[in-house]
Amino acid sequence: MNPLRVSTYTVSSAVGAGRAAHAQALRTGTTGLGRVAFDTNSLDCWLGEVKGFDVPLTGALAEWDCRNNRLAEFALNQDHFIDAVAACRSRYGAARIGVFVGTSTSGVQHAELAYRARDPQTLALPAWFDQRRTQNVFSVAAFTALRLGLSGPAFAISTACSSSAKVFAAASRAIASGACDAAVVGGVDSLCLTTLYGFNSLQLISADVCRPADAARMGISIGEAGGFALLDPDAGNPLALLGYGETSDAFHMSSPEPAGRGAIESMRAALSRAGIRPDEVDYINLHGTGTVANDNAESRAVCEVFGAAMPCSSTKGWTGHTLGAAGMVEAAISLIAIEHGFMPRSLNTRTRDPAIEAGILLETRMAPVRRVLSNSFGFGGSNCSLLFGSVQ
Amino acid sequence: MNAVFIESVGLAAPGLPSWREGLATLRGEQPYVDTPLPPHTPLLLPLNERRRATTAIRLAFQAAEDATQATALPAASLATVFASSDADINIIHRICLALSATPRLISPTDFHNSVHNAAAGYWSIAAGARAASTTLSAHDGSFGAGLMEACSQVLVDGCNVLLVVFDIPAPEPLNATRFIACPAAAALVLTRQPTAQSLAALACATTVDEEARIEDPALEQLRLGNPATRALPLLRALAMRQFGQVVLPMTPGANLAIDLRAP
Repeated sequence: MNPLRVSTYTVSSAVGAGRAAHAQALRTGTTGLGRVAFDTNSLDCWLGEVKGFDVPLTGALAEWDCRNNRLAEFALNQDHFIDAVAACRSRYGAARIGVFVGTSTSGVQHAELAYRARDPQTLALPAWFDQRRTQNVFSVAAFTALRLGLSGPAFAISTACSSSAKVFAAASRAIASGACDAAVVGGVDSLCLTTLYGFNSLQLISADVCRPADAARMGISIGEAGGFALLDPDAGNPLALLGYGETSDAFHMSSPEPAGRGAIESMRAALSRAGIRPDEVDYINLHGTGTVANDNAESRAVCEVFGAAMPCSSTKGWTGHTLGAAGMVEAAISLIAIEHGFMPRSLNTRTRDPAIEAGILLETRMAPVRRVLSNSFGFGGSNCSLLFGSVQ
Repeated sequence: MNAVFIESVGLAAPGLPSWREGLATLRGEQPYVDTPLPPHTPLLLPLNERRRATTAIRLAFQAAEDATQATALPAASLATVFASSDADINIIHRICLALSATPRLISPTDFHNSVHNAAAGYWSIAAGARAASTTLSAHDGSFGAGLMEACSQVLVDGCNVLLVVFDIPAPEPLNATRFIACPAAAALVLTRQPTAQSLAALACATTVDEEARIEDPALEQLRLGNPATRALPLLRALAMRQFGQVVLPMTPGANLAIDLRAP
């Protein structure tokens, strides 16, 4: 495919608001995870909470008010993203810009609150609960389009942890097929009891901070995040999406295939679509959730395609696993790595698991970074690999 | 034109339990009768997964199997696009209910079945399909959005695609705020090249034109009763071999104009 320019991008997570905060934290090794209280959570775990965004939406946006849309609003307001989209809109027209947002739970937290506020007699949900504008999966994409004044094709992709990686592929195709001329892609997922207690029921939540690839790792730390990118073929920015690969494991609903076949094929497909060889990649941002199963399978797959010397790391030690937002967050981190010339280490990893042979970085490496591959693998065996690069 | 080809159709809706059984009604040869959809046993699912398959998953499978049984293309070879407004809204309800109680007991099976792409995951296991799979939502416009995405995959990635759109009615108390009248699912197999059995060539583009309505009141009511049955104007055109433009809803700002031609 032709490289698709990334005109601008922004990310907000437990690490902080905007690109500069992330570049800083990645360089200094400062995690955003903490033992924070959330709602009525009683699970013993670390969380990645975004600070300062949880204020009600007002005016025309008030109907859409819920934690997830508040986080979307907060994320959109960083890095002059709204201004950049407005400029793009005046060039192409509002109807020619697509909106593709990834999310796993959208505004389900609002439904959680509504169920706790049911009428004790009739068991009806409170009148303030607007399912379409909050809990419904499309809500965050509809909100984003409304907020940015865009009226092109729009949908939410919800494929668990690969959601906001796949939006890049969908946008690339929508532009290539003429459905739109440019696209806003994003990923937003916010803290909720559904994912905390849900992942806990599968025994995937670690009581300790998540330690990707660590010999004693015990599972994930859930985080929330919002991030967006503006994809515009005519942008002057050298950053670009070079390729994407998407596959399915066809193996199990909540466990990755141990040999990593689906992951191998998604990485190879991304390389092939970009027309580049494995040795032309400088760094891999792993999905690296910190579960025993994922990190083992992913390492096998990475070694199969790239060999054991390819520098790689998971950055979930900084942000936690941001689920439906992970693809976007880690795309942003990949772009930061290219822009600033460094490869972040695997934060919180003390001793590499001997079963993991991939080239996990235990120290952050300052070096020119031209091409980064980012992996996102989700429940249901949904795999997506994105290749980002700097083009002239 | 940049066309994709419609290879086969799947359908599962009250009174229209499969594409073949629904043809006479879709052609207007007989009046629409609202008969409840009989439950479906997904034969493609291995026994373990079949046990765990919910109503929503079975419904998606019903239309998907209807479409894939009507083509020689192996199901394993097809990329998939699943589209649904609310997917397994029964499980969302169960989880929210459990979270409002003490102790908070969520079954692990319920949780992995609650992901919006659960049906797609089960389908990939059942069919041995390892190609790309996406699942999306555009609320009531999910069929239009799913079709646009599926066409872009055929045109740009050069693969054959199975599109499956499904939704189920919400249980109480959610049904007061999200009303879906009946369960329904629709599926299309789309190909890059025409085959001997292609039904039509299809090209789509966004439009501000209004969505097509159906003159027959009973079918119009069905069209508005479920996000999947928003496909009815397209399905009727295919059933009647009526070529030309059909407009389906997609997003609040943009509908999908479908240009149908002879294959």
